[in-house]
Parts: sequence; C-alpha cells; structure tokens
Amino acid sequence: MDYLALYVTLKLALVTTAVLMVLASPISYFLAYTRFPGKSFVEALIYLPMALPPTVIGFYLIILMGPKGWVGSLWEKLTGGSLLFTFIGIATASIIYSIPFAIQPMKAAFAKIDRRLLENAYILGLSKRATFLRVIIPNSLGGIAAASILVFLHSIGAFGVLLMVGGSIPGETKVASIAIYEAVEMMNYHAAGLIALSFIPISYAFLLLINKLSDGSRA
Amino acid sequence: MTISASFRKKLRYFDVDISLECRSGKMMVLIGPSGGGKTTIIRMLAGLEKPDEGSLCFGNDIWFDSLRRINVKPQKRRLGYVFQDYSLFPHLNLFDNAAFAAVDKKEVHALFELFRIDHLKKRRPHMVSGGERQRCAICQALARHPSLLLLDEPFSALDVVTRRGLREELKSLKGRLSCPIVYVTHDINEALFLADEILPVVDGKADHGWMQRTITREPGEGTPTKGAREPRLSLVY
Repeated sequence: MDYLALYVTLKLALVTTAVLMVLASPISYFLAYTRFPGKSFVEALIYLPMALPPTVIGFYLIILMGPKGWVGSLWEKLTGGSLLFTFIGIATASIIYSIPFAIQPMKAAFAKIDRRLLENAYILGLSKRATFLRVIIPNSLGGIAAASILVFLHSIGAFGVLLMVGGSIPGETKVASIAIYEAVEMMNYHAAGLIALSFIPISYAFLLLINKLSDGSRA
Repeated sequence: MTISASFRKKLRYFDVDISLECRSGKMMVLIGPSGGGKTTIIRMLAGLEKPDEGSLCFGNDIWFDSLRRINVKPQKRRLGYVFQDYSLFPHLNLFDNAAFAAVDKKEVHALFELFRIDHLKKRRPHMVSGGERQRCAICQALARHPSLLLLDEPFSALDVVTRRGLREELKSLKGRLSCPIVYVTHDINEALFLADEILPVVDGKADHGWMQRTITREPGEGTPTKGAREPRLSLVY
C-alpha cells in the first residue's frame, strides 16, 4: 500500500480545508450581505471551477503558475523556485478548484441568519467585524462544518487538476488518486484496490456527518 | 436628557414625516395601525434606517443631521432596543444573552431576579416561553445602561395573560429608569396603560384624531381599560 500517497492526500486535504475556511468565510459574508452591480457575474466566476472540466482548470493553472505566468514568475522572484510540480503548487490548485464548495454552503448559512440578530448586535455596540465573529460564525457552525467536509472530500478525490499541475512526484505531489491510476496502468490491481478501499470508510463517515449536520440545522 | 427628532423618509406607499420629543424618565408611545410607519420611526431613532432628511439630537449630541451629513452609527448611540421577537442570540444561554453588552455582569443577576427568570439562566432561548424570552430581551437592553430605550411591539407575539403581566412589570420598572423610552404598539389599552405621552402615527404622520376615531369605531376591543389614566397627547408635530 502506498502510504506516502495517502499521507500527501490527507496533508493536501487538510491544508486546502484550513486555508479555504479562513479565505472563504469573509468572501461568503460579503456575498451573503452585500448587493452590488454585477454580483451575479462575480458569483458565476467564483463557481466556475465547479462547472469546468478539471483538465481545463489544470491547463489554465499551468499557464498561470508556470515560469511565464504572473503567479509563477512572482513566486520564482520571491522564492527562487518553481511553483509547478511542488506541494505548494498542488495545494494552490486544490484551493482554487475547491473554492465553490467552500463558498456555497457558507454563504447559504450566513444568509439564513435572521437580520434582526445582526441588528441587535449593532444595537448592543458590536462592530460589523465583531458581529461576524461573535454572532454570525457561532450561528453558522453547521454550514461551516458542511463546507469544510465538502472541501475535504473534494480535495481527497481531486485527480486531473493535480496531475497536470503537480505530476506524480512521490512524497511531494503524488496523491492517492494518482497512485490508484498508476497502479491500474501497471495492472497492479491489488495495490490499487487497497488504496481505493481506504477511501470508502473516510468518505462514507464524512457524508454521514454532513447528513447529521443538515438534519441538525433543519431541526 | 431629551431625545428630539424631526425627520422625513420616503417609503413605498407614503412618506414618514414626523417630529417627536421625549424626556428622560418618560415614556412616549407611538400608536397607530399596522404598516403606518411606527417601526420605521423607531428604527430611524436607533440608526438602523437612515432618514432622507431631518435631524435627531440626544441632549447636546447630534445623532443625525442631513444638512451636516452626520449619522452616528447604532453602535455609538448606546441604545436598548427590544424587538418584537427573535432578537436573542440562539447560541447563547439567557444569562449570556443578557450579559452580552452589560456594563456590569453582577447587575444581570439582579435584573433576572427582578424579572423572575433567574432559574432559567442556563437555558437557551428556544427552551423557554415567548414571555420569558422577552423578559430576557428587556434585561439585555437594560444591562447596557441605555441612554435611550426603544421597544418595538415587544409583547405583541405573546398571549393576553403574559402580555398583561409583562406590561405591569414594565410600568413598575419605568419609574426607576432615567432614560427616555419610546414604545411602539398598535394596542390602545397598552398605550393608555403605559404612556406618559402618546403620539398616534398614521401613514407616517402624526394624526391626533386617530385614537378617538378608533375608539368610537370599535367600542369593544379598542375601548381603553376602565380607570386608565388619560395620558397627555403629544403636541409636538
């Protein structure tokens, strides 16, 4: 069994989830409570990774993160190294690829909060930032948990985007889905089966948790 | 301290155009039919809605002045505001709700005793009755030592018995408060029972004949309670 690939997969999923929870919550707050011209265009752009084939996203990320892309060249100037074929590279790709799965449930959870609660917080002297931290976040825990589980599951299942951006470097960019693909390519069905089997209980347990959370928020 | 306001705001079906003044320790009741602009007025006093033009002063402090482009945020007005319902934070128990912005947390215990909900401190809002929630909401507003207390139909979602009890509790509390109180209701009995001053509001404007017309039209439900003291009708408009 390729434990190294499983380790990279879990590390990638955890990093993606942690970064997106911090990054997506203010964006979701902004989208849930602000009206501005062209909002639907911005939202469609944010949700685009959900609708595009992973190889298309992967292609544009290679362009963007390559030595001639503005992200890649900036990274090279700052660190002296390449962004492609590194763990940070696949983590960046995974974050961009999973953004819609973080924003959609969080935005829905934030928008569901009764506006009077927010107004009461303002009346009681809380700034908008303090209201976000002390009222909105604690009352959206179900949505935030659902978002983090969706992002985590989506990250452990990513394949095409990661293969294009990171290739298959053991211990660095070779994740479990790529390890399964390579094992099948080499007709090593036993190795592929073992890794594949390890996904089922993890994914099943997380889906059960999502169901529990959505039942809880409905009650 | 006196709260004095004179403002206008364009709404969909009518314009709110009102002037009012209320001194510390006094309760002004805004009364009128539903959808007549009472809540908009109280929300403008709180800073939750911005008037199109006019001014709002609390003592020497200017809270809103359209000409000078002053609009003090609700956070800076040090208000107590009791909403009709759903204003307690569901993730906190009753005590933490009331102590949320309390000046002194020890006072919250005293307020809970005063409102007879001290045995419910650890309960979440959904675990208590509507009357107990509103008692807690009043404690929350008072614990902040508000410079102005605003109550927007705080008992309208409650049953008649609970409502009567809370009304009496509020009346006995009123004498001890040293801030102006503005109370919104569409219940004439409630207005007559609580008010030092009544300001009838119809379609966003003061209509001092509204109460008389309503009482004459509805001799049953709308008739003031026997023996209720006739408060002074507002002459500021």
